[in-house]
Amino acid sequence: MMPVTTSQALQRESWDGDTPASGRLLQPGVDVTHGQILYLDDISVSFDGFRALNRLSLSIGVGELRCIIGPNGAGKTTMMDVITGKTRADSGSAFFGQTINLAQHSEAEIAQLGIGRKFQKPTVFEAMTVQENLELALAGPRSVWASLRARLSGQQRDRIDELLTLIRLGEQRARQAGLLSHGQKQWLEIGMLLAQEPQLLLLDEPVAGMTDAETEKTAELLLTLKGRHSLMVVEHDMDFIASIAGKVTVLAEGAVLAEGSLQQVQADERVIEVYLGR
Amino acid sequence: MQTALSLRLATRLGPQPLKLAGGAALAVLLAMPALHLWTDPASSLHVSAYTLTLVGKILCYAIVALAMDLVWGYTGLLSLGHGLFFALGGYGMGMYLMRAIGHDGNYQSDLPDFMVFLDWKTLPWFWQGSEHLAWALCLAVGVPGLLALVFGWLAFRSRIKGVYFSIMTQALTYAAMLLFFRNETGFGGNNGFTDFKRILGYGIAAPGTRATLFLLTVLLLVAALAAGFWLVNSKFGRILTAIRDAESRLMFCGYNPLYYKLFIWVASAMLCGLAGALYVPQVGIINPGEMSPANSIEIAIWVAVGGRGSLIGPVLGAGFINAAKSWFTVAFPEYWLFFLGGLFIATTLFLPRGLLGLLRRHKEKA
Repeated sequence: MMPVTTSQALQRESWDGDTPASGRLLQPGVDVTHGQILYLDDISVSFDGFRALNRLSLSIGVGELRCIIGPNGAGKTTMMDVITGKTRADSGSAFFGQTINLAQHSEAEIAQLGIGRKFQKPTVFEAMTVQENLELALAGPRSVWASLRARLSGQQRDRIDELLTLIRLGEQRARQAGLLSHGQKQWLEIGMLLAQEPQLLLLDEPVAGMTDAETEKTAELLLTLKGRHSLMVVEHDMDFIASIAGKVTVLAEGAVLAEGSLQQVQADERVIEVYLGR
Repeated sequence: MQTALSLRLATRLGPQPLKLAGGAALAVLLAMPALHLWTDPASSLHVSAYTLTLVGKILCYAIVALAMDLVWGYTGLLSLGHGLFFALGGYGMGMYLMRAIGHDGNYQSDLPDFMVFLDWKTLPWFWQGSEHLAWALCLAVGVPGLLALVFGWLAFRSRIKGVYFSIMTQALTYAAMLLFFRNETGFGGNNGFTDFKRILGYGIAAPGTRATLFLLTVLLLVAALAAGFWLVNSKFGRILTAIRDAESRLMFCGYNPLYYKLFIWVASAMLCGLAGALYVPQVGIINPGEMSPANSIEIAIWVAVGGRGSLIGPVLGAGFINAAKSWFTVAFPEYWLFFLGGLFIATTLFLPRGLLGLLRRHKEKA
């Protein structure tokens, strides 16, 4: 388990520090001149007649931290699948910045373009050590040839140290990732996302299975990332959302039901009906 | 009980003794051709032609097991058609050996005997140039490589995985076997290629030739182990295990698994082809039986019994099972398949990490 009792203040400081390197919002290739990093326009996806997404339209601003909530089956995970290229939309369009049509790219290409994704179930490479997990995720060339010749540079080592401090797994760096606790795996996966240096992070239930203390730490971490990265967080934990959210989008039956601050959507009668009231 | 036993063994035999054992095994293997050539046949130190050929054959199998483990143990692609690549390599070399017979065949023709027998007038286009050993070796490595490239490209691009992939590889080797069994396809039908006489002008059964082929096989195995060691310890190797354990995570890290799978798949097929090319002159025959689905399944058993996901495991497995086989099929021929099946079940149940798991210190302990 996490050493939460000791030197908490110290670790908190490292989170608040300058570690999640800044300046990643303006990578070449992504045109964000209109202040939006992601546009979903009129997207529909059906599986065997079931409409998982029904003319969904949504946009995320640069540096925004957006929370997505909604009952099970509302299409939250399908939406992430469409953005990351795992599922193709039947109709509608998804753009990264002003110019990149996500429908034209594979999962791997979309990841390289700068969209990172954390899965609902924490997914790390269990047979490798914590450090090796981060090494694989580090931004850099992805070709077979490059992987055969890869050597870790001093700069990359520093970056890994930085990330290990950030996700508080410094002491576990040589440990096999499969032996970490559930919460630690969640953090490792978030660390791997950051190692990719994405502009947009999609986090599917990042605090599921975490203790209250771990949840609190994660909220702090996400708040430090906000502004430097754009984030889209799917969660069910309302307290967690209350602690991080600016703007909340409520999905229901594959479309946006309501959008606004948490207080606003919680007061919305349609939202109460489909989700919160249950 | 099984854990206790393996733990006790593991504490007694650390990695150091394993290295020593490996070194000793290599020394014995290197000494064998010398003992075959330069000792008196009556002496107890003499290595007979039979023993030398048998061990040489098993070493070829060990190379195949190693190649199989790179795609199965490390990358998680269970191929049930690796025997095909091995046999194709064997056929490439076999045709050179047929051509090297020259006019000494039964029909004293330019063409190999089976072609005269089937009333062929000219050599089919694909066998042109096979009288040169260098070209035959290119065929032995290139044809399995090319086939693996085309098959792998189609399969991996369509994201065929798991049992579906295994079944397709099995079907592939079966289809190839049927093709090679036919007389009109130019591969010698069910007799295949045999009755070899010489290689590069040297008698195929001469002690010097046998010793040289044996030595080359040992060198190829050592080279394959060294290359495998370098490969699996590189970043490339870690990406292979990432494909095995969490392929979608890897894709969302920005890696396209297609090229990684294709690279290791083709490399594995080419290594099998080379092993086949060394196998045929030592054993003296190649026929479509090598492509039978059962042979390919046996390769998977060698790897499982030896311990997949390690480099030494499959070599041990191939050695152990084939040594047992050559003894069993003489002593109790009708029970061999029962023994093999029982061994496979026992390994799956009690030794998930194979024989090597018994010998190795458990990593989790540390």
